[in-house]
Amino acid sequence: MASFILRRVLQMIPTLAGVILLIFFLFKFFGGDPAEIIGGLQASAKQVESIRNQLGLNRPVWEQLWIFVRQVATFDWGQSWATRESVSHIFATRLPATLTVMIPILLLEVGLAIVCGMAVAYVRGSLTDRAVMVISTVALSISFLVYVIVGQYVFAFRLGWFPVQGWTNSTLQNLVQYAPLPVLLAVLVSLAPNTRLYRSFFLDEMGHDYVRTARAKGVQEKTILFKHVLRNALIPILTNVATQLPGVFIGSFLIEVFFSIPGLGREVYVAVNRSDYPVIQAVTIYLAVLTMVINLITDLMYKLVDPRVVFK
Amino acid sequence: MSATPDSLAVPAASAPATARPAELPRSPNVWVAAWKRLRRDRVGVSALVVVSVFLLMVLLSVAGVVAGNWQKEIGEPFAPPTVMGPDAVVQAEVKKIHPPNVDISDIDPLAPYYAEWKRRAADIKTVVEVRRDTLPLGGDRIGRDVLAKAIKGSQVSILVGLFAAALATLIGTFLGALAGYFGGKLDDALEWVYNVFTSVPYILLIFALAAVFKSGPLGKMFSEGIAPIVVILGAVGWTGVYRLVRAEYIKHRSREYVRAAEAIGAGHLSRMFSHILPNISHVVLVQLSLYVVAFIKAEVILSFLGMGVPLDMVSWGTMLAEAQTELVLGKWWQLAVATAFMAVFVTAFALLTDALRDALDPKLR
Repeated sequence: MASFILRRVLQMIPTLAGVILLIFFLFKFFGGDPAEIIGGLQASAKQVESIRNQLGLNRPVWEQLWIFVRQVATFDWGQSWATRESVSHIFATRLPATLTVMIPILLLEVGLAIVCGMAVAYVRGSLTDRAVMVISTVALSISFLVYVIVGQYVFAFRLGWFPVQGWTNSTLQNLVQYAPLPVLLAVLVSLAPNTRLYRSFFLDEMGHDYVRTARAKGVQEKTILFKHVLRNALIPILTNVATQLPGVFIGSFLIEVFFSIPGLGREVYVAVNRSDYPVIQAVTIYLAVLTMVINLITDLMYKLVDPRVVFK
Repeated sequence: MSATPDSLAVPAASAPATARPAELPRSPNVWVAAWKRLRRDRVGVSALVVVSVFLLMVLLSVAGVVAGNWQKEIGEPFAPPTVMGPDAVVQAEVKKIHPPNVDISDIDPLAPYYAEWKRRAADIKTVVEVRRDTLPLGGDRIGRDVLAKAIKGSQVSILVGLFAAALATLIGTFLGALAGYFGGKLDDALEWVYNVFTSVPYILLIFALAAVFKSGPLGKMFSEGIAPIVVILGAVGWTGVYRLVRAEYIKHRSREYVRAAEAIGAGHLSRMFSHILPNISHVVLVQLSLYVVAFIKAEVILSFLGMGVPLDMVSWGTMLAEAQTELVLGKWWQLAVATAFMAVFVTAFALLTDALRDALDPKLR
């Protein structure tokens, strides 16, 4: 186990190095000149030159890469080019808002998907089953944007059940007042495709021999579903949740943009529009690290869920 | 459609047989067999018809036959769809009775000049554009025809989807072929690149590329129309097809037909692309069509955020972006039309992809 973790961590190093190189050279060779972006349109040649010196842009590329690596390792990305806010402060202040919205979304999504997926798998082959499949195909073809635009208009603007948008410093007020509509919309939109996906997880398990054996010895269908199938379906469910987890930290940036939630996703979106490179680079690299760590944790969780799994 | 189920498939299958009657009957080509299976799938055929209609519309729109004047303001601002009739508020304003002018020429200091101005004004030719009160599917904020916009928007969105999918498939297939066919060090190197690309959440990679395109030299290189977004989506999306193609090449590279090709002196490139590639092309095709749907959705979202197509173009995404503010004013038609166009095409294309996968799946044979 320990050697497995160690080896996996060691395997992360080349990948992380690759991500750092990718981001560094992407912005270095294909991005705009940082000095000109910071200086703005009014900057004189002398000012641009001095910014260049400050950022180390006149040094050799390898030295610049070393500066970049040091930034990654020390979490010191300096200031945002647009607002002079330190990048670490941006992370610290934007992440809570994102998590306030995303954690309820993730919990509700997975919970509802398990319930609905199981219900649909239970009535497999019937009209309800086919209706769900058709609805989810059609529902998936409509852009996420439309649901949010219409949902915001109907539930907040027209019916006035929720505030159209807003955010406060109080987490509790955010949770009960401002988060419900974004959470509700995100969960509703993901319901149809998730039901379809989880249905396939359960149906895959139901085709196995152990289910037939359980039926043959007279176990009730409900017991089979909840005790036998659900436990075995946890592996694909876990995989699915793990692929969604990194997204929890970046947040559904669309939701954040629509509802003006000061989260990390919206921050990255704004940073792109302002050509605020440090923010984009920092978020990209740390999210990549996070993704790798989550993948490792998921692999370890497989063992917890299924004792037959052996680490090699 | 089901009245003549084999009329199209038969000539294709039997053409070689009639041309060379001496030959033994050949087993049907994989594409012919797939076409036959697809024709039996009613959902698949209807989806194919819908997709073809859209593609025809795109072609006509590219040629400028339809929707060429989408930028022209031919209607009143927010002209309602024809079925709803003209806007009551606007009509009331037009019909408002103006009180008769009181003759004040004896005290009006400008009175002597009126005749002169009238004569000079008559020299200047002006054309009074008659704006229509209603348009077939309504008008937008400045009176452009929503139907024309939707057609032009379909052109842009669908072409972005097709080109980006083609680019991603091209990159993925080429790299996957290299990695799977040669293996060894090259495979290790490409696997590393793959791991790097997949460890970054794809939306962040898109954002990073969008930022680079926005202010960097690449943006100036690909500043024309849909090129930037096609390049961004293609550069981010190749990993899926790479994975599949690599696995297929590993499976195929030591098969007998490839060894036979080697024995008769076929080079590496020839074996990779003229021997193995046709045998895995069905995998690539299905992935390609999955990409089209995914990239159309991505383009809509990116254009909505202002990172997609440029301002002087219209796509389903930019229409939705305009529709968001229009909806608050109660002008719902642009939203409805853009959504309907997109939903119909994407549903049809997704169903076609499913049918295609079923038709190409050799296990069903």
